[in-house]
Amino acid sequence: MKLAFQIAKRFLLASKRQTIVIILGIAVGVSVQVFIGALIAGLQDSLVNTTIGSRSQITINIEDEYITGYNELIDTIKDSSENIRVITPTITTSGSLIKNSNSEIIVLRGFEFDSADNIYKLTEKLTEGSTLPDEDNEILLGINLKENLGIDIGDTVEFDSAIYDNRDFKVVGFFDFEVNEINNTWTISTINTVQAIIEQGDVVGNIEMQLNEVFDAEDFTKTEIAKNIDNKYNISTWISENESLLSGLQGQSISSLMIQIFVIVSVVLGISSTLAITVLQKSKQLGILKAMGIQDSDASLIFLFEGLLLGIFGAIVGLLLGIGLLYAFTTFSGTDIPISFDLGFLALSAGIAIAASMIAALIPALKSRKLSVIEVIRNG
Amino acid sequence: MASILSLRKINKTYGENTKNPTKVLFDVDLEFEESSFNSIIGQSGSGKSTLLNIIGSLDRPTSGNIYFKEEDLGKLSNKQLAEFRNRSLGFIFQFHYLLPEFTAMENVLMPYRISKKEITEDVTSRAEELLDIVGLGNFKHKLATNLSGGQQQRVAIARSLINNPSIVLADEPTGNLDSDTTEKVYELLRDINKKFKTTFIIITHDRTVAEKTDRVIEIKDGKVYLDISKQKTL
Ligand SMILES: Nc1ncnc2c1ncn2[C@@H]1O[C@H](COP(=O)(O)OP(=O)(O)OP(=O)(O)O)[C@@H](O)[C@H]1O
Ligand SMILES: [Mg+2]
Repeated sequence: MKLAFQIAKRFLLASKRQTIVIILGIAVGVSVQVFIGALIAGLQDSLVNTTIGSRSQITINIEDEYITGYNELIDTIKDSSENIRVITPTITTSGSLIKNSNSEIIVLRGFEFDSADNIYKLTEKLTEGSTLPDEDNEILLGINLKENLGIDIGDTVEFDSAIYDNRDFKVVGFFDFEVNEINNTWTISTINTVQAIIEQGDVVGNIEMQLNEVFDAEDFTKTEIAKNIDNKYNISTWISENESLLSGLQGQSISSLMIQIFVIVSVVLGISSTLAITVLQKSKQLGILKAMGIQDSDASLIFLFEGLLLGIFGAIVGLLLGIGLLYAFTTFSGTDIPISFDLGFLALSAGIAIAASMIAALIPALKSRKLSVIEVIRNG
Repeated sequence: MASILSLRKINKTYGENTKNPTKVLFDVDLEFEESSFNSIIGQSGSGKSTLLNIIGSLDRPTSGNIYFKEEDLGKLSNKQLAEFRNRSLGFIFQFHYLLPEFTAMENVLMPYRISKKEITEDVTSRAEELLDIVGLGNFKHKLATNLSGGQQQRVAIARSLINNPSIVLADEPTGNLDSDTTEKVYELLRDINKKFKTTFIIITHDRTVAEKTDRVIEIKDGKVYLDISKQKTL
């Protein structure tokens, strides 16, 4: 074992140039893997983030009814799953806003800002001069409503609900979600404001959540929650509502996997062909060692160790190269392309390269067994 | 004198399962005594190397038996044969055959390390002593590739002795050395034979060299043609 390792080391050091070329070959493979992997993961993260980053990922409600005792319900839900990152009650009604001769149909949403802000990131989306409502009947409006209604911060608008009494709201600001549908229709106020309009007491319409692991929403978190709450509640997840997004993400994951596989295959082919040549180059040495009585298994180990050493150094150089590439890319490309940098992924890439090198070394290792001593001695 | 090695009806055919098999050795019977100094001569192609490789368990005979002391080598597995070679045999080949990536000292220690025993001070000083004996005390840490042909051959001799083998097999060990060096190498082998009681079986095409050995075996067309032992002088 020790001897095989030392012979492997010596063989590699004796032909430095060849060793460096193989290491660079592995390194290029690893760095491509790191670079592409970080890029794809980054794109995926940003896609997930723009699509579901600022909305509810699991929503609980009762069909055609409001939820009473929602604070207890929230506590129960919180306790049922570790995956819940934020949970907040919301209440929603609709009507139109009237200012002078202008009128717009809107959705009036009541938020508990402390927690809701963690889902909707409202504070980041406020326009210049806007503040969050801190008194009842203060509202925030979608930025498009500013033009459509011809209003500004400090103005008062009338809310006309077809069913309930009309109200006067004070405009404290505007938000921009960069989504027209929301910018055209959303009006946000406190929960109290909406509760007062619908006159049902302390109730809410939805319990909304965001998760740590968004992809666990349907299969894990939903089930965990369902076990603990009454089945009169509907639980819907972003996954069941976004099948096309999901298949897009899956497509990306598969293409990422394909790239990984191609990189591994090329690394394996590269190493095994070069190591196969080494067996030929070192056949004289192997012949001598065998004549002196080295066991076949130890002779094979020499090549496995060569593979291991090449893999380890290739992986290290490859990681550095990959990180350097990512750094250069983010610094100098001037684009906004997101990069997701994950230590686990780096370790995986390195591990795969090392394992691939070992597998590649298996072929020459087995080949070395077949080498006959007399052939070597005869042919000088 | 006790017999250390006996060959019984050794036959060797190369390419047995091919269209034109060549039979190289025919019913060779030989007996070697402990601590003896033997030479094998014969024309090129007569089968000397074939015979020596079979004796050295580098190749198996097509038929016949080899006994080392009482043990039938034909019954050993490849793994056991490798162990046997490592423990009991030393090889010196015509073309030096050192490991060029290692120093003289490391080459000498290689058979010992292959035996998977820990390197001790005893064995390193033994290796140094052997290198001194072959006159290379000052070249211990030189890479094998940087040594001259004769120096490499002498390192190979030191290496063949490190595990205290019972038998040293040499195939034209001086084949590509000048006559002065050849002379020195044989004197060295002879000294070692006397000093360590190691059995030597040496192939040579040089009759003057052969005449200095205790016993000359001539192989002709794959058979023992002559087998002359010198009268032991006291
Ligand atoms: N692996 C082999 N396959 C086929 N024929 C072989 C093989 N090895 C040796 N021979 C043949 O066997 C015969 C004996 O060869 P061997 O090498 O034993 O001769 P030798 O006496 O050592 O000759 P030299 O003095 O030239 O070294 C030769 O005719 C050779 O061609
Ligand atoms: Mg020969």
